[in-house]
Amino acid sequence: MINRTIDVATFEELKATAGAEFVRELVDTFLVEAPAMLAELRDAFAAGDAERFRRSAHSLKSNGNTFGALTLGAMARELELGGLGPVQQARGAPLAALAREYQLVAQALTELARA
Amino acid sequence: MREGAHRGARLLLVDDNKVNRLLLARNLELQGLDVAAAANGRVALEMLRSEAFDLLLLDIEMPEMNGFQVLEQLAKDLQLRDLPVIVTSSLEGLDNVVRCIELGAEDYLQKPVNPVLLKARIGASLEKKRLRDQQKELVRRFATPEVAQDMQESGFALGGRRVEGSVMFADIRGFTSLAESQPPEETIELLNTWYTLMFDAISSHGGIVSQIAGDGLMALFGAPLPLPDHCGATVRAALEMLEMIELFNVEQAGAGKPQIRIGIGIASGDMVAGYTGTNERATYTCIGDTVNLASRLEAHTKVAGRQILIDGVTRAGLGGSIDVEALGPVSIRGKAQPVDVYAPKRNLTEPSPP
Repeated sequence: MINRTIDVATFEELKATAGAEFVRELVDTFLVEAPAMLAELRDAFAAGDAERFRRSAHSLKSNGNTFGALTLGAMARELELGGLGPVQQARGAPLAALAREYQLVAQALTELARA
Repeated sequence: MREGAHRGARLLLVDDNKVNRLLLARNLELQGLDVAAAANGRVALEMLRSEAFDLLLLDIEMPEMNGFQVLEQLAKDLQLRDLPVIVTSSLEGLDNVVRCIELGAEDYLQKPVNPVLLKARIGASLEKKRLRDQQKELVRRFATPEVAQDMQESGFALGGRRVEGSVMFADIRGFTSLAESQPPEETIELLNTWYTLMFDAISSHGGIVSQIAGDGLMALFGAPLPLPDHCGATVRAALEMLEMIELFNVEQAGAGKPQIRIGIGIASGDMVAGYTGTNERATYTCIGDTVNLASRLEAHTKVAGRQILIDGVTRAGLGGSIDVEALGPVSIRGKAQPVDVYAPKRNLTEPSPP
């Protein structure tokens, strides 16, 4: 389960270079920041603000990849590069999928950080 | 070793994303670097303008002022244009990398940043900065504030421009035998004293010392900044140099130490001035016929038995403000025609009465 959400090798390497204790704090920070980024992404989509949309997706991609949340990172990347158009065509479905993936990531990271 | 050298270097880290900021700061602190952080470009610029940093680690995608805009601002800022910048971004596309480099970034690292790569790049950037600082310090020590400023503004750009000015070559006579007659420490001390006296006389008349080699030096008047009376200024500097050497010799004689004699050659006219060398090592200098002539005149002082020799252009530039003795035409190596040579008269250095 965890393996599909988080690339454990990436996460372990992060722990090895930055320290387990520090990574625990970093995960906590991400769990506080990420919901705000998701909300920003939804707001930007609703407002049709392409620039804000791209920037929020970009941040989520960057943080996802940092923790080894490669699926989340890839989904956010698609939004960053694809822009508003495809999401509008799919009536916001990619945003809902991203939010679901984030729930999995949050759970997995919490477990991994405490391991 | 290298790691130790950069310990304590001060970095500014700019990233709007808190997770990225914390992680990068952690990586840098683990390397022993002193890290300050800013959440966007505007705040970063404010910090850079009020505190000293050795390196900037810059994100691109940021609200208020993005990384591209920061790079543009830095390039325009004389104080900050030499600050090394490493861009860390998860922005994709080679064009973004190229744009950063074109705007003056030292390096570009993809996020998530590999800590080992980051360490290597930071080490290299700090090393480059250290060398640049050293170069600036040398410039400060060996050039006037005007040259230092000109070098800063031109960004040490190699390449020249035509200027109208005067060149002086000065040399200690019989230095080799003098060096053989006393311990090496005293020779170096003597050289340092001689350079200090000469630099002082030259810069107080608006000249700059462009090269020093062994017991000789080359000075420029009228470059990099124009000097209206460059001929007069150069000859007055030369006369002051002679006076200083005489005072110095009185001291030397009193201490039972050897005395020195100098020869000075001065020529004026068109020259090409600029920084020559490579990007790693360059010096501000002038080249051209005028420079060659000054050098030949300096050598000719031995033959002529005069301490200062000047060419016809310099003499004309004096406009009678300093009396000269005409020594007639002299054959100079490298010149097809004999050259008129003059020796300024020492006892008439005061400005002539109205």
